[in-house]
Amino acid sequence: MQDEIHTETFVENYRSALSNAQLQKALAIATTKFTLGRGMAVASVGDEWNLLRERAREIKEHSIANLDHYLGKFAAKIEELGGRVYWARDARDANAYITGLARDRGISLAVKSKSMMTEEIELNHALALAGVEAVETDLGEYIVQLAGERPSHIIAPAIHKTRGDVADLFSEKLHVERTEEIERMTALARRVLRQKFATAGLGVTGANFAVAETGTIVLVENEGNIRLTTSLPRVHVALMGIEKVIPRLEDLAVFLRLLPRSASGQKMSSYVSFISGVKTSPIDEGPEELHVVILDNGRVDILANEHLRESLYCIRCGACLNTCPVYQKIGGHAYGWIYPGPIGALLTPQLVGRERAENLPFASSLCGACREVCPIKINIPDMLLHLRHEIKEDAAARVPAPARASNRLGRRLEALGVKAWRAAMKTRRRYERSARMARLAQSALGNESMLFNRWTATRDLPPMAPRSFREEWESRMLGTNNSKDKEVK
Amino acid sequence: MKVSLFVTCIVDQMYPQVGLATVDLLSKLGAEVRFNSDQTCCGQPAFNTGFREEAREVAAHMLDVFETELKSADYVVAPSGSCTTMVKKFYVELFEGDANNLARVEAIGGKVYELSQFLVDVLGVQDLGLASAAKVTYHDSCHLLRELGVSGQPRELIKNIAGVEFVEMDRADACCGFGGTFSVKFPEISTAIAEEKIASIERTGADTLVACDSSCLMQISGLLSRRGSDIRCVHIAELLNDAR
Repeated sequence: MQDEIHTETFVENYRSALSNAQLQKALAIATTKFTLGRGMAVASVGDEWNLLRERAREIKEHSIANLDHYLGKFAAKIEELGGRVYWARDARDANAYITGLARDRGISLAVKSKSMMTEEIELNHALALAGVEAVETDLGEYIVQLAGERPSHIIAPAIHKTRGDVADLFSEKLHVERTEEIERMTALARRVLRQKFATAGLGVTGANFAVAETGTIVLVENEGNIRLTTSLPRVHVALMGIEKVIPRLEDLAVFLRLLPRSASGQKMSSYVSFISGVKTSPIDEGPEELHVVILDNGRVDILANEHLRESLYCIRCGACLNTCPVYQKIGGHAYGWIYPGPIGALLTPQLVGRERAENLPFASSLCGACREVCPIKINIPDMLLHLRHEIKEDAAARVPAPARASNRLGRRLEALGVKAWRAAMKTRRRYERSARMARLAQSALGNESMLFNRWTATRDLPPMAPRSFREEWESRMLGTNNSKDKEVK
Repeated sequence: MKVSLFVTCIVDQMYPQVGLATVDLLSKLGAEVRFNSDQTCCGQPAFNTGFREEAREVAAHMLDVFETELKSADYVVAPSGSCTTMVKKFYVELFEGDANNLARVEAIGGKVYELSQFLVDVLGVQDLGLASAAKVTYHDSCHLLRELGVSGQPRELIKNIAGVEFVEMDRADACCGFGGTFSVKFPEISTAIAEEKIASIERTGADTLVACDSSCLMQISGLLSRRGSDIRCVHIAELLNDAR
């Protein structure tokens, strides 16, 4: 597998994002647009919005708590309808199954819809190694693929690119005259992609929801590319994490009201596809084969962790990204893997390993804006706090220490600092002595010293008060007592 | 009514004038204010950074202080939404599985209040009959807004000061980028977020920024002052206490 995880260089990643003026502009425009759109779409629902969120949460709680039951039911239904189910433990397992399918059927071209799960397992890379060309058919994802990049947003993969960037890219890669006219660029991509749709033997999609009672895969989109991906090629492979299953079609109604409003500010997306089985007679439309790949890829471990289980309720709407003050500034690529923003800070360490992504849960001001917009009311800040705790516990026990010497030193200093802080905060005497020492340190070393420069490089820091509140209070009490004494005399 | 002041370590050591203003304000409203010098820090810096064991020890010390105080005081009041949240909400998480301390948290939690909420919801004052001349905008601190659900109370208190022109900033509820240790772990991100906040503040044309948390004020004023701005950053306790 290609190593596409860049979480360890988070600090370098975000610094470069912050100094990229073009990116800053693109992020401001896109996140504002999404946030406003969502706000209006939510307002149109009125008070019912919160009821919907609560209902969705109940459904997810119930589904995740009874995952074995509903997954079993879903899989049985799929097979009853003529589909095949493959249970994949991890990325390698899933990729081997899919590339095997392509090889056995002599398929050399695959069309793909946008799917975070295929990003997660780097399916395109695996297909390429197996000699299968995989073409992304979501416009944003197609742009990102042409550029040799990865998506920077869950629902808007090319959010980091401006119109001019795309014009340059198209003229270079598609060998056409450069144009910034959006209609012309879209028409061009459409022409290229139609050709691919017409000839591909394999269509690969994710799954927004998997309905257990009917064995239905539900796909939500706006461009119609998923409709084509699931109807034109002979073979359809749908990938889904184990958490995607919901019990009944009736439950879907709740999510279909929440998802488009949260994601793109739409009341309804342009297309919603319900895939139930394969064609059963020659006059039917649709693929001859349906393979549903159900992936664990680290999710069973999340399921087993009662403090973090809620991470599995996510429906990948991206609303938490748009509203997050950190994401608004550093964008998606800085997070170093495919899931950015608050949900990425939460999922990535759990999926790629806490030690590889240990900065991410800390890269949040814990402002709670994500929880406020989450359609499932996922308590992201609370779980980030928990993850921080797990990471510190792991770090204390972990051998070997982090590879980077600066990280090792930083960690040691932090642990020592916290120990010193604890000692200082447990008694009045030590607290007051430490405050005096801090005052001395600030006046002797100055605000620009190493002790304070992580604050003062960009912000002023007032001097500690010459007299603390408690000293002022004591004086006042003394004053009051003295005047009382005088009165007595 | 007896009120014990939970001054918070940042106010104690950096902004004593906020603590004094809180005392004076509560006294003017007829409360008998006490202060217990055994108090230190609520433990949030360690909790927030993942060091729960250390945070627990410090929090347990603070529980002793609160229990002692509530033997004679009716309420504990803090000039901070964040430190109040730590005690009322995060202590529950911190002491998970520790029935004894959880019972203590539950017993005191309902009596701990952030200042603006205490004034409006408990003392029932909205209009303090004050006057002052200033163009004021208000920043919602995140814990106060999203954990304690307080947003109308401070605004009412400010708007009811005669002579104050209140201007709502755009995205008043957006984070200032402080985030405790976040502000020094990732100073560039923290500052970039604060830049958005001060742009919102500046767009209002206000001469005074008010908030209920000294930590947010330290972040915002730190950047404003670095930029040479003359916008005053004041805690709501100071604004209310200094008005006549």
